[in-house]
Amino acid sequence: MTLVTIIGIALVILGLWGMLTQRNLIKIIIGFSIIDTGIHLIIVSIGYIKGKTAPIIDSPALKADAVNKVVDPIPSALVLTAIVIGLAVTALMLVYAVNLYQRKQSLDINDFKELKW
Amino acid sequence: MVKRFLVLLVLIFFTIMIIPLITDVQPQTELNSLAKKYVKDGSDELGGANLVTSVIVTYRGLDTLGEVAVLFIATAGVGFLLRRRKKALSKPVKKRESSEILQTGTLLLMPLILLFGVYIFLHGHLTPGGGFQGGVVIASGILLSFLARPQSELNHTVLHTIESLSGAFYIVIGVLGIYLAAGFLDNRIMPLGDFGRLFSAGAIPIIYSLIGLKVGSELVGILDSMQRSEL
Repeated sequence: MTLVTIIGIALVILGLWGMLTQRNLIKIIIGFSIIDTGIHLIIVSIGYIKGKTAPIIDSPALKADAVNKVVDPIPSALVLTAIVIGLAVTALMLVYAVNLYQRKQSLDINDFKELKW
Repeated sequence: MVKRFLVLLVLIFFTIMIIPLITDVQPQTELNSLAKKYVKDGSDELGGANLVTSVIVTYRGLDTLGEVAVLFIATAGVGFLLRRRKKALSKPVKKRESSEILQTGTLLLMPLILLFGVYIFLHGHLTPGGGFQGGVVIASGILLSFLARPQSELNHTVLHTIESLSGAFYIVIGVLGIYLAAGFLDNRIMPLGDFGRLFSAGAIPIIYSLIGLKVGSELVGILDSMQRSEL
């Protein structure tokens, strides 16, 4: 349990609240982005080991004893992947919002009732 | 009112669901066995100083290929959804000229930003950074030029050529790894070189440069589609 994990969870909950309560499509997308950021923080905090340095070997002293001195590189790699995918998904969602606006001249989610039951 | 209550219920359930992550997970005190292997071998076997890069480009190279594919599909989706309608094509929209400060500043800053992007993806195996970050920096430089000259048209042939060639060479290098080294996307198809120098870590700088060019051109494609679309 670290401060970063708690902040990450708080961001996820905040983003979920935004996605569920906001009516504006752009605000829903911002909520998604906040969830995304929170999940990144949680993953990174899971890989963090107290008192150890970044997994970049830039000195001979670090190279000699890397296993005991660096944090886990795998969560960092996963987060790098997740950030890029999040960027692509966000761009695609924004373009959907633009397309919906072109159809109805509105960004209010209540104006789109086609798939509502 | 019912809706608000439901939202509150969902949030409370979600919080209860995620609470074990705070209370039950003990922070690690040492690396697990897989991470130990990656940390040990990433520098000795592959020659990369940045272990995250070793994991991304070589050990999990297939994941990265999938990631690039996802980015490509997203770009294709953006281009498809924002394709120019016939009606809009006939009358070009008049866009406001950008300010003098922005235009002059772009002339100074854009080459530096592009150079910085290239620096980041060339040194991906040595410093924090890499193909994705460098590609995004390059795309931000191009975005600055879009802002400074809203009327300008991008040369799409060059963009698509860079994108397809870098993607194709990425696969070619990956397949070469099967024949010349241990497996798909193995970086040891080239000599490892001196640890910590620019020309080291085998094919990692080349693969990351190709990823950087591909990500950069794809993001520029997204920006271009968004810039040309109108409401």
